[in-house]
Amino acid sequence: MTTAALQEDTPGKRAPLVLGHRDFNAVTETVAGIVEKKTTPSWLVLLGLALSVLLILLGSLGKLVAEGLGIWGLNNTVFWAWDITGFVFWIGIGHAGTLISAILFLFRQKWRTSINRAAEAMTIFAVMSAAIYPVFHVGRVWFAYWLFPIPNQMSMWPNFKSPLLWDVFAISTYATVSILFWYVGLVPDLATLRDRAKTKVRSIVLGIFSLGWRGSHRNWLNYEKTYLILAGLSTPLVLSVHTIVSFDFAVSIMPGWHTTIFPPYFVAGAIFSGFAMVVSLMVLARKAYGLEGLITIKHLENMNKIILLTGTMVGYAYAIEYFIAWYGGNEYERFAFINRAFGPYKWAYWTMWSCNVFSPQLFWFKRIRTSIPAMFVISIFVNIGMWFERFVIIVTSLHRDYIPSSWTYFRPSLFDISTFLGSFGLFFTLFLLFLRFMPAVAISEVKGVMPQADPHAGHGDDHGHDAHDDHHEEASAKAEEDEGDEGEEASDDAEKDEEESRG
Amino acid sequence: MDKAHRHEELEEEAAKPFGLMGYFLTPGELMHACEKLKNAGYKDFDAQTPFPVHGLEKAMGLPPSKMPWIVLMAGATGLASAIALTWFVSVDYPLVISGKPSFSYQAYIPIMFELTVLFSAFGAFFGLWGMNRLPMFYHPSMKHPSFPRATDDAFFVTVEAKDPKYDASKTRKLLEELGAREIVEVTE
Repeated sequence: MTTAALQEDTPGKRAPLVLGHRDFNAVTETVAGIVEKKTTPSWLVLLGLALSVLLILLGSLGKLVAEGLGIWGLNNTVFWAWDITGFVFWIGIGHAGTLISAILFLFRQKWRTSINRAAEAMTIFAVMSAAIYPVFHVGRVWFAYWLFPIPNQMSMWPNFKSPLLWDVFAISTYATVSILFWYVGLVPDLATLRDRAKTKVRSIVLGIFSLGWRGSHRNWLNYEKTYLILAGLSTPLVLSVHTIVSFDFAVSIMPGWHTTIFPPYFVAGAIFSGFAMVVSLMVLARKAYGLEGLITIKHLENMNKIILLTGTMVGYAYAIEYFIAWYGGNEYERFAFINRAFGPYKWAYWTMWSCNVFSPQLFWFKRIRTSIPAMFVISIFVNIGMWFERFVIIVTSLHRDYIPSSWTYFRPSLFDISTFLGSFGLFFTLFLLFLRFMPAVAISEVKGVMPQADPHAGHGDDHGHDAHDDHHEEASAKAEEDEGDEGEEASDDAEKDEEESRG
Repeated sequence: MDKAHRHEELEEEAAKPFGLMGYFLTPGELMHACEKLKNAGYKDFDAQTPFPVHGLEKAMGLPPSKMPWIVLMAGATGLASAIALTWFVSVDYPLVISGKPSFSYQAYIPIMFELTVLFSAFGAFFGLWGMNRLPMFYHPSMKHPSFPRATDDAFFVTVEAKDPKYDASKTRKLLEELGAREIVEVTE
């Protein structure tokens, strides 16, 4: 069933979402097994590496707090550079997690179930990495709480008309809602781990975090409604977050920033970069933990299709920016764009084009879309390209401003580089801990999309036909509404399974 | 109350039956069983499954979740708080920017949106655990020897003793007829 079913990828017939797992227990074993087995030496080596990079971050931030912002390469003209680039880069990566968990959920894309947990974890860790930059860019970090409207002895309030304050609200709401959504999804799986716990400590710790979940259908009813509502809330939220991030630029009057296309352009770019990061991480994690049957080639191919789509949208945005710069007739705007493509930063600009627009076009070919090495390389290119996109937008617009006497060329200092590198240490440390101690795949959700999870699947025949027909009429009307033709396909598959096992 | 007496009372309470539990191996069988239980007039019964079985609420005769109302209230509170906050700060410390009025609500729409979403999400999160009465440190159904399978691959049904139709032997017989495995009477 494995390769044959995958090959026949005709539009009317979908590839199965779970390969090689015959029953529900097999899924539990695969996912819970990762958490329950002994720590492998290779994981320890990776964690050691990530921790050393994290130390670089702590060292750089320590130096920044001790000496001040002067250790970065910023100057009067280029007052924003690697810090805000790193911030937007990480926030953008986070967005794919929310897209997978919320937007694909609303669109009933069942393939999301085996990747959503890890992608949501990625979101939270990416937002944490992003938060470093604004917090430390305030310089005197001990006053970072001034960002929030907290009554103080000066009876002053932050400027609520500034996009930077909107950003504070957007990012903190986004981080909070992502964590709540993630935890709601985790509770049933933590209960599964609790019920398998062999040691007292494990069962107590998991018992606390699983809140006494017992899988009651009355609870599931509220749970599913909550999940749907949280998905419905996260969808506009994720769009608003990157819209507001783009307002940080678009609301200013800087040529190259002051454009109305920024919100959709930034959102598309965020999803693009985030999916690239999910592909990079999943390619490695599925191999390392033997999750090939749950995160199949089909899943990766679907993500590559989204990368192709959003990459093309980003390319369109790059092109339309040029058109508007010419058509708008504003000479400063025109200069900013000519300077971008042919000025001192042209190397960064064309790196961005090659990585973001040209490289994903290779995904038009099915062979490349389904080749693990090819997709890994392209996903890395996209990550690099999306970092350059933010760098190009920010630095090329600033470095040649209205007064030619203040024109300058920005070079990063050692601490710019070490802070950015170090943020990967934070991200990978958290991600490795997640892979080791949490169910990396949403166990209950994957079970729910298996063919035998359909109460009207072939297995229902075991106890006579009348039973099957009894509830088929009432309940399946809703099921069909929910699942469209997939429900029927699922039962077809299950029947085929049975035939195979008989024969 | 002396110690011995209290101990006795606890024991008596502990011996009270909570209900009959059994399990099935497929969601289809469980749904069939729930439907039969509903048709037989049972009301206080529950299903425990490793994942939500779609359509089971119809078979069990359960009303839809009231969650949307909680979220609506929470979201409205969030919006009202955002309006109050932005109004208060613009009156308390007016910042005149581009000669615009102090309370320029257009500029505050992002704040209003974010706080509405934030409050709604908190409402959904805490509402979920409140309505499900979780965290719960102990539940009688966890006494069933095979309960760990309820979060793995078994589909449990519990008929509670408080149901007026509950009768230890008759209910057991009905569950047996429906094909439930390992039918056990669990105590409170």
